[in-house]
Amino acid sequence: MEGNLNMVGYGLAAIGPGVGVGLIFAAYINGVARQPEARGVLQGIALLGFALVEALAIIGIGLAFVL
Amino acid sequence: MHLVKVARAAEGEEFNPPGPADFEFPPIFGDGTFFTKPMLIVVLGSLAIAVLFYLAARRAALVPAKAQFMGESVYGFVRNGIVGDSIGRAGRPFVPLLTTMFVFIAVLNIAGVIPVLQLPATSKIAIPLFLALISWGVFNYVGIRRHGFVGYFKNMMFPPGLPKWIYILLAPLEFFSTVIIRPITLTLRLTLNMFAGHLVLLLTVLGGEYLLVDKGGVYAVMSVVPFGLAIILTFFEAFVQVLQAYVFVLLTALYIAGALADDH
Repeated sequence: MEGNLNMVGYGLAAIGPGVGVGLIFAAYINGVARQPEARGVLQGIALLGFALVEALAIIGIGLAFVL
Repeated sequence: MHLVKVARAAEGEEFNPPGPADFEFPPIFGDGTFFTKPMLIVVLGSLAIAVLFYLAARRAALVPAKAQFMGESVYGFVRNGIVGDSIGRAGRPFVPLLTTMFVFIAVLNIAGVIPVLQLPATSKIAIPLFLALISWGVFNYVGIRRHGFVGYFKNMMFPPGLPKWIYILLAPLEFFSTVIIRPITLTLRLTLNMFAGHLVLLLTVLGGEYLLVDKGGVYAVMSVVPFGLAIILTFFEAFVQVLQAYVFVLLTALYIAGALADDH
């Protein structure tokens, strides 16, 4: 079997951001369910949080290819 | 023209997974790396944007026609949906810049799912890096013009109302995150999202092609799975591409808002 151990490392590294993104959208859905009229405000915040958390996963994939 | 890479896995039985080498293209004309496929996409994309906005603004009327309505809804989305929520009324002067950024990034990203082109030009780091440097220059310039050079950095590094000793930790951290980390994450987020998305699409399509053409037999039937995935992922990628353009512009707007704010 051939391959690069970096990719296994990246798979492990993606767990954290995966949990984080899940938490963010869970909170967003909860918020909208409780207060549907707040959807517009919450959407921007949720996407912003998603982008910030996802950056970790994205940096991980960059390092997996570079290192 | 060498627009498409051909004959990847033609030799041998082994499957060659796609990698970073798939993002390197031979020059279309001239030599070196000056005019390659990403550059062609940038030129075509810029022309398309220019023509679309020209058509939208050509006969501006009180009751907008189709083209004008489209142009205005993109502008209105950036003005109300991004700038209105983050900067407020003070952000009006930045709307043209942010709209241009949004449309430019969105079009270059969407090139990744347009047949024949099928490469997000933003997966080459130079383009997001340049855009991130524009964003970095704008929010720092705006902040320095608003508060003065010393005032801007004092505002950034020493937010009032905290115990004295904490500034030893906070000041370098804030400086580092605002001045150095921000442009880097802006660049990497856009580049690597497009890079990873394109890689996944390549993997599904090449995997399906390998099963169908090189293996044949029972495997040819199984190639339905990767090809089906490729179709679903193409739609997902189109969504991600627009979302990343939105995120880039939203973050730029928030950075400008932070630079303009009186206290942290």
